[in-house]
Amino acid sequence: MNKENTLVRTEAVKNKLAAIYRDEGRRIYATLIRLLGDFELAEEALHDAFSIAMTKWQVEGIPNKPANWLVSTGRFKAIDQLRRQHRHREIVAQLASELPDQDLANDEFLLADEQLIADDQLRLIFTCCHPALDTKVQVALTLREVCGLTTEQIASAFLTSVSTMAQRIVRGKQKIRTAHIPFQLPPQAQLEERIDAVLSVIYLVYNEGYSSSAGDSVTRTELTTEAIRLARQLQSFLADKEITGLLALMLLNESRRNARINKQGDIILLAEQDRSLWNQTLIQEGIALVKSSTAGGEYGFYTLQAAIAAEHAQACNANDTNWQQVLTWYSLLLQVAPSPVIELNRAVAVAMHHGPEAALLLVEQLLQQKVMQKYHLCFATYAELLGQVGRKDEARTALKHALTLTKQAPEQRILKSKLAALSAS
Amino acid sequence: MKYVALVYYDEAVMQTLSQQQWDELNQECIACGDSLRERNYMLGGQALQPTTIATTLRVRSGQVEITDGPFAETKEQLAGFYLLDVKDLNEAIQVASKIPPARYGSIEIRPVRELQATGNQSY
Repeated sequence: MNKENTLVRTEAVKNKLAAIYRDEGRRIYATLIRLLGDFELAEEALHDAFSIAMTKWQVEGIPNKPANWLVSTGRFKAIDQLRRQHRHREIVAQLASELPDQDLANDEFLLADEQLIADDQLRLIFTCCHPALDTKVQVALTLREVCGLTTEQIASAFLTSVSTMAQRIVRGKQKIRTAHIPFQLPPQAQLEERIDAVLSVIYLVYNEGYSSSAGDSVTRTELTTEAIRLARQLQSFLADKEITGLLALMLLNESRRNARINKQGDIILLAEQDRSLWNQTLIQEGIALVKSSTAGGEYGFYTLQAAIAAEHAQACNANDTNWQQVLTWYSLLLQVAPSPVIELNRAVAVAMHHGPEAALLLVEQLLQQKVMQKYHLCFATYAELLGQVGRKDEARTALKHALTLTKQAPEQRILKSKLAALSAS
Repeated sequence: MKYVALVYYDEAVMQTLSQQQWDELNQECIACGDSLRERNYMLGGQALQPTTIATTLRVRSGQVEITDGPFAETKEQLAGFYLLDVKDLNEAIQVASKIPPARYGSIEIRPVRELQATGNQSY
C-alpha cells in the first residue's frame, strides 16, 4: 500500500467514524450502559471503541455493521480493563459470564434483538428523567447523556458555572448507581406518570432556550433544537397524545422565533408581531399534530396549550383570531391545570372577544391573590385594560408598580415604552 | 438490594384520628406487613412509640449525655421502618407506595450501606 492510499483510507475512516458518532453515538452509548450497567464504564468504553476503530478499520476495512462492531468492541474493552484492574469483581464475574466464546467481530448474539437496542435510548431517557432525581439533575443528565451536549455547553445555556453543572451531573450518576435506579422502561402501570416526568424535562429545556433572555443565543437555540429532537424521538417510540401535544406546542412556538424579538433584542408581543415572519412549515406541522392529539376528545396539558397556539397560528392578525375557540380551550386548560397565570392569559382572550370591561373584572379578582400581587405581567395586563377603557392615571400607577416587580432588562424596557406611550397619548 | 423505608408522619395529625380510624389504619399496616413478608419483600420492620417517649443520647468526651425527646424537632416524626429486600429502586418505590401511612406522611427510601472492614464508600 503506498502512502497516498493510506492517507485516503485514514481520511475515509475518520469521516465514517465522525458520521457514526454524530448519528449513532448516543444510541451506541445507551446500549453500552445497558450492557455494562454503569454510565462511567460505558462512556470510557465508547471512547475506547472509537479509538480502536480508528486504527483497526484502516487495516481491516470498515465492518458491515459498524455500530454493532463498536458496541461489541467497547463492551469487550471495558470488561478487559476491569479484569486487569482486578476491581469490581462481582461486575466482572457477571459480565464475563455473558461473554460468548466466539470471535467478537461476529458478536451478533447481543445485537440480534433490534427492539431491545432501539429501546436503549428510551431506557436512557427514562433513567435520566427518573422522578427520584431532582428536576435540575434530570435536566442536566438528559442533556449530557441523551443529547450528548458537553458540560460546558449545558452550563453556559443555564447560566451556571461549569463546576456547578459538573457537580450536578456527578451527583445524578452517583444516585443512579448507589440507589440502584434501574436502566429499564417503566412498567405499563407507571408509564403515563413517567412520560409526564420526561415531558416536563423536555419542556423545561425548551423554555430555557426559548424564553430566557440572558445567555448567548447560540446555546439557547441548541436547547430548543434538542428539546424538539427529544420529543420527536420519544414520539417515534411511544404512542401518547401528550407527547404529540408537546411537540406541536414547541413547533408552534418555534414558528414565531424570528418575529418575536426586535433589533434591540426585546420581546415583541404576539398581537404586534409581523406574521409574515412566521415559519409556515413549522405551523403546518404543528397544526397537523394538534389535530391528531385533539382527536378523541381527551385533552392533556400540552395538547390544550398547543391547541391555543394553533388558533393564533391560523389567524392573519389578532382580530382575525377565533377568540371564541381560544376561550373554549382556555376553559378546558383551566380544568386540567388550574393556575392564576393561565386565568390571566384567559382574561386577555376575554378582552379580545368580549371587550376590556369584562376582562378588567377578571384581572381585579386575580389581583386579590397573593402570587399575582407579585407578578409584573398581571399589573401590565391590568394597565393595558385600564388604558383601553380610558382610566389612564390608574393605568400609569399599575405600570409603575409592574416595573418594581421585574428585574429583567427586556421586560423593563417593554414596560417603560408602554408608560411613555401612555403619557404621550 | 436492601433498602430501609422510613415512615414519617405528623404525630399531631394522627392524634386527630378517632379510635376507630386509628385502629383501621393499624389493621391496614398489619395486613401490609403480612403481604410484604409473604412475597419475600420484607426482612423486618417495626412501628415506633411516639417521639414524646424518645430518649436521645450522645457520647461526648467519654461521657454519656442523655436528653428527653427526639434528636431534632421536625414537622413530621419517624413513626416506623421497614427493611426491604427488592430488586432496585423502582421496586422499592412500588413496595413502599403500599405502606398505609404514606397517605398521611412521607416515606423516605434509603439504600443500606454495607459496612466493610476497609475501603468504605465515603459520604
